[in-house]
Amino acid sequence: MSTLNIVNKSPFEKRSLDQCITRTSSGDALLLIEDAVVAAVSGTAYDAPLTEAGQNMKLYVLEGDLAARGFADSEMVNGFTPVDYKGFVALVAEHDRVHSWL
Amino acid sequence: MSSIEVDGKTLATDEEGYLENLSDWEPGVATVMAEIDDCELTDNHWEVINFLREYYEEYQIAPAVRVLTKAIGKKLGKEYGNGKYLYELYPYGPAKQACKYAGLPKPTGCV
Amino acid sequence: MEDEEYAGGVQKKFIYINRRAPHGTVYAHEALETVLIGAAFDQDVSMLFIDDGVYQLKKEQRPDSLEMKNFSKAFKALEMYDVEKLFVETESLQERGLNESDLLVDVELVARAKVAELIDQQDVVLSF
Repeated sequence: MSTLNIVNKSPFEKRSLDQCITRTSSGDALLLIEDAVVAAVSGTAYDAPLTEAGQNMKLYVLEGDLAARGFADSEMVNGFTPVDYKGFVALVAEHDRVHSWL
Repeated sequence: MSSIEVDGKTLATDEEGYLENLSDWEPGVATVMAEIDDCELTDNHWEVINFLREYYEEYQIAPAVRVLTKAIGKKLGKEYGNGKYLYELYPYGPAKQACKYAGLPKPTGCV
Repeated sequence: MEDEEYAGGVQKKFIYINRRAPHGTVYAHEALETVLIGAAFDQDVSMLFIDDGVYQLKKEQRPDSLEMKNFSKAFKALEMYDVEKLFVETESLQERGLNESDLLVDVELVARAKVAELIDQQDVVLSF
């Protein structure tokens, strides 16, 4: 049983990413979309906490949203896998439930 | 906008006949609405109307039929706590019709 | 007991997760309306209050001073709708200087470390 957690707000504006991370269990997955993708860029204040979170769960980022903001896949925090829209759908299908941290 | 006439006053209703302003309610509202539906209000009807008004005052929601049935049964006795009794009083649906007469909004979860 | 009126169909476990304070936005009110509608379909419904969502259950709210409806009173009606599982995260209360006695209904406290486990038991998560 596992949950796909989706976060869509920048952690520099809203706290939903922090709030999500403290309430996930091992085997869950985290997908960053929209403004939340900036957290997947290495060198930010979220580099360390997300690297740590990646020990217990899989980390994904929607690559279109990342590219739109001028970041390349090569700039991602270690442990992140870029996904396209098809990959997004596959993730939803793979997990038992989806939790959007609005 | 639709409206009804009660004691010489014009009260606004929505297109389904529910009062726009809950505070406009007075017993005459129920009587007038019942007349429109060709229904004469007995003490048994009033019991339900009064119950709904108290329920709304306490919880700020109009109860679903299932909840109303259960609550009426609890208050008046088991023989009244069934759909048959309430539907005989309010053939258009106890929650919908009685809530309207009581000046409440259309019940949540009522389709 | 719970299944007494249940007459077939699929019953799933739904959890409504509330993370927002009431009144400033419409989320909290909409969540409650959704729960009340969902309860009519004989599903297994729980609610979880975390982060600012715990403010929704604060006693003695008086939004009528803003000419807004006091929908917090409806939480007391949930039991009649067979929604009996209201979970509140202990840490979210503590962070806001609140405790169980500040809440307007009986709830079950759950530690932050146990929230994921609770979500793991559900079929459907609805987040507000």
